[in-house]
Amino acid sequence: MSTTVVEPWAEHPLLRYVAESSARLVVVMTPAGQVLAQHGFARAVDLMAASALGAAIMAAAGALAQQLGERSFGALFHAGERHGIHLASCATPRGPLIVLTVFGKETSIGLVGLFYDEFAAELRRAAPAGQLREPVLAADFEADLNRSLTSLFHG
Amino acid sequence: MSDELGRALDRISRVRGMRGSMWVSAEDGIPVAQLLMEGVSGKAVAALAASLVRKISGTAGAVGAGRVRFVQMEAAGGTLLAALAPPDLLVVALADSRVNIGLARIEMMRAAAAVAP
Repeated sequence: MSTTVVEPWAEHPLLRYVAESSARLVVVMTPAGQVLAQHGFARAVDLMAASALGAAIMAAAGALAQQLGERSFGALFHAGERHGIHLASCATPRGPLIVLTVFGKETSIGLVGLFYDEFAAELRRAAPAGQLREPVLAADFEADLNRSLTSLFHG
Repeated sequence: MSDELGRALDRISRVRGMRGSMWVSAEDGIPVAQLLMEGVSGKAVAALAASLVRKISGTAGAVGAGRVRFVQMEAAGGTLLAALAPPDLLVVALADSRVNIGLARIEMMRAAAAVAP
């Protein structure tokens, strides 16, 4: 399984998280769906779909949390027959990030949640301080997305 | 049901040397109810104990030993105990070296039997 990163500081924490949690697929992205690092995806189109849907779920859950007077939900977990997904956000000096984890029966939501906490702490430590991401403009989005995908799959 | 789970944890925690006990979802590795001493991470114990039981159950199945009922893991700093409460729960206990394992086992197996359907 391949692990690729757009921003090198995310690589070591991601490799460790994948090894410890036995996750099958992981995407680290911004709330706008820009991918910073990934593990397990073979095709750009699958990664694009997963990151866009993951970011959309987090946005919808965040809006629902506000309706209920919550600041945000900690993490979302969906269990399927063969796979589960864990979706959570973490604040870093580089700005907020979203992590989507897909896992199978070889691990459990308890283990993924446990090692996610360590992963989020490592991302916070590893992220370069003082370099907040610029907000994504619609005009730049496609070019930015293409750059990320090229870096992840042809880098 | 939750009262029953709480009472069972209370009985287990009265055994000398116990540092805590909890009910854990066997498949998910998530705490269901817990009574732990301060400083013990319920989330970590639940996830790792469920993983340990799953692996031991796999091994027992592979060697033809049948269904696992009780797991005891002794380490330098303490003991982890787990009793299976089918269909989907575990009773997990953490103890120090002074614990009376026999008494702890009886209480844990009794708790597991009490929640069986």
